[in-house]
Amino acid sequence: MTTRRHFMGQSAAAASALAFPLVGGAQPKPIKIGVLHPVTGALAYSGQQCRLGAQMAIEDINKAGGIKSLGGAKIEAMLGDAQSNPQAGIAEIEKMNEAGVSAVVGAFASAICLATTQAAAKYNLPHVVDVGVADQIVERGLKNTFRFGPGYKKCAEVAVASLHALNTAAGKPARTVMIVHEESLFGTGTANLLAKELPGYGYEVKEIIKHANPTRDFNNIALRIKQVNPDILIPANYYNEYALLVRTLQQQKITPKAIYSVLGGAASSYKFVKEFPEAANGIIDCNHWFNPKDKRSAALKKRVEAQGQFFSYEVFMTYTAMMLLADAIDRAKSPDRAAIIDALASSKFENHIMPYGPTQFVNGQNVGAQPLMTQVYKGDIKVIVPRDYREVEPVFPLKG
Amino acid sequence: MLDLNILFPSVLNGITTGAVYALIALGLTLIYGVLHIINFAHGAALMVALYGVYMLKEKLGVDPYLALPIMVPAMFVLGYALQRGIINRASHGKDENILLVTLGLSIVLENLALLFFKSDTRSIDTAYTLTTIEIGPAFIALPKLVAFAGALVVSAVLLLIVQKTDLGRAIRAVSKEKQGARLMGIDVDHVYAMCFGLGLASLGAAACFLLPAYYVNPQVGNGFVLVAFTIVVLGGMGSFAGALLGGLLIGVVESLGGLLLGESLGQVGIFVIFIVVLMFRPQGFFGAKA
Repeated sequence: MTTRRHFMGQSAAAASALAFPLVGGAQPKPIKIGVLHPVTGALAYSGQQCRLGAQMAIEDINKAGGIKSLGGAKIEAMLGDAQSNPQAGIAEIEKMNEAGVSAVVGAFASAICLATTQAAAKYNLPHVVDVGVADQIVERGLKNTFRFGPGYKKCAEVAVASLHALNTAAGKPARTVMIVHEESLFGTGTANLLAKELPGYGYEVKEIIKHANPTRDFNNIALRIKQVNPDILIPANYYNEYALLVRTLQQQKITPKAIYSVLGGAASSYKFVKEFPEAANGIIDCNHWFNPKDKRSAALKKRVEAQGQFFSYEVFMTYTAMMLLADAIDRAKSPDRAAIIDALASSKFENHIMPYGPTQFVNGQNVGAQPLMTQVYKGDIKVIVPRDYREVEPVFPLKG
Repeated sequence: MLDLNILFPSVLNGITTGAVYALIALGLTLIYGVLHIINFAHGAALMVALYGVYMLKEKLGVDPYLALPIMVPAMFVLGYALQRGIINRASHGKDENILLVTLGLSIVLENLALLFFKSDTRSIDTAYTLTTIEIGPAFIALPKLVAFAGALVVSAVLLLIVQKTDLGRAIRAVSKEKQGARLMGIDVDHVYAMCFGLGLASLGAAACFLLPAYYVNPQVGNGFVLVAFTIVVLGGMGSFAGALLGGLLIGVVESLGGLLLGESLGQVGIFVIFIVVLMFRPQGFFGAKA
């Protein structure tokens, strides 16, 4: 119960704080940023990796003196959990809006991003999308939504064009393709995009196999692959099934000329390379990847690994998304949402570790964003295409 | 299409996969079939056992097969304690309560795993993980062959226990007539707990055979438990031979179904067989007539 004396004391303290706002307030007010990811549920691993990236970025920004144009204001994260479903993501946006955040960074999965960007738009709340590859996210004319990384379509186009470049350079040993994909939106969508793109370059898609999550055994699919005997195998599935599939291929001694994943596979997963070094060897991916020529990426990787975590794409995607936002706030010279949106829209942010060049947003999409083609090479992941970022010469076709 | 070089490996693969299903179903048939306890926590218990094997390998470097003498007794003790300490107490002897208690247990166990291990999928790498044996035109992964042998041994051991020991006689007595068994001086609660312990112990063995070729995450049990229930009913409740045969059959049906109908549709074959068997032989392959 509040006694009168207690009340008087509190009022006095409050009054003095109001009267002398600068006493003890030499520190500028921190800027609240919503960090929203699916850290529980089916997508928990990716969500937690994203959160790690965001927190490391905030740590770096604050250590380097905070937002300079605001007197060194620190960034304060308001962590949110989208629980691997869009509804929970919307609820978190509502909470973050109530708490007065200046902007939101998130929310990894396409389906969640679709919902959270729209919810944030109601409050003119800037929302930087860190991964979310579905192109609808930036195609709805939402003024508050900015995606730093490449979308679905761009990835599929680059993936097929890169594959063709690789194949042409090797004297076109590969003509036939088989796609093995998981049955949800991600796998089916990727498979459809690829199946549409590939024939244009003269490849024959021999067969498309769909499988459930979880699939407990891949021997049948492996046998089917053996029977069809495609030159290139394209898996589009999540980690567990991917790992089982690649292991089974090795057990069954099936060696296509290339195993090539789009948006997720061994050649963009240090975890897989570490756990299955033999099975991973030579696998090619087209995925979000950092600029290997930038020394800061190696330093960041080391720091992430020092925490016992893998330097997965989620980490550096969210890390750079947060950096992009901090740059915009600095130029906006204000924690005001509208000012930050304007600053993001006119962003030329180029002090980052991604192979995107200077940022340029058109309708909320960073047009310079692109995936890279990587290959597992001697127990490590190396960029092979495009040439500007190439670390090692591609090994293609693979020898059985 | 019906190329023997594809068909034969597919059948062989189905048999070895089915052996793993059978291993999991063996524990369930004991609990479900003999004691009529619907154990929803069976999948979660398998997950616990898999984490046990994983930790032994990662922290202490114990090979999964050498972990058998640790995991089997450990899971037995866990099963005994769970039945005696939690399930029995919370259910007050009512079957519908047991259903809810085991369901609750599975939720608790899964979330504990999520807390301690995160949702990350983990697997182990052993020298023989990728080793294959050539049988005719087929390559069979060595861990799957070992699991096949393991399933035969485990079902033989369970059969021996139930047929030849005093405990087995007590289990059979309790399953037939609980009240009568109690009047004969059998400690029914003890027999229930022993049974539950044995059921989980066979999961301990299953985990040791499964992990070298598979992975573990907090949800891993769910993928197996529905199949295991199907096998138990198919084979005849409480029948070990039935569970073994049912497991192998389901494995082969799944494998051939996947090959001929496509991977997603192939799963349907399991339930078509299930329905057909229930229509013409409702007691299952080896079940006694009700």
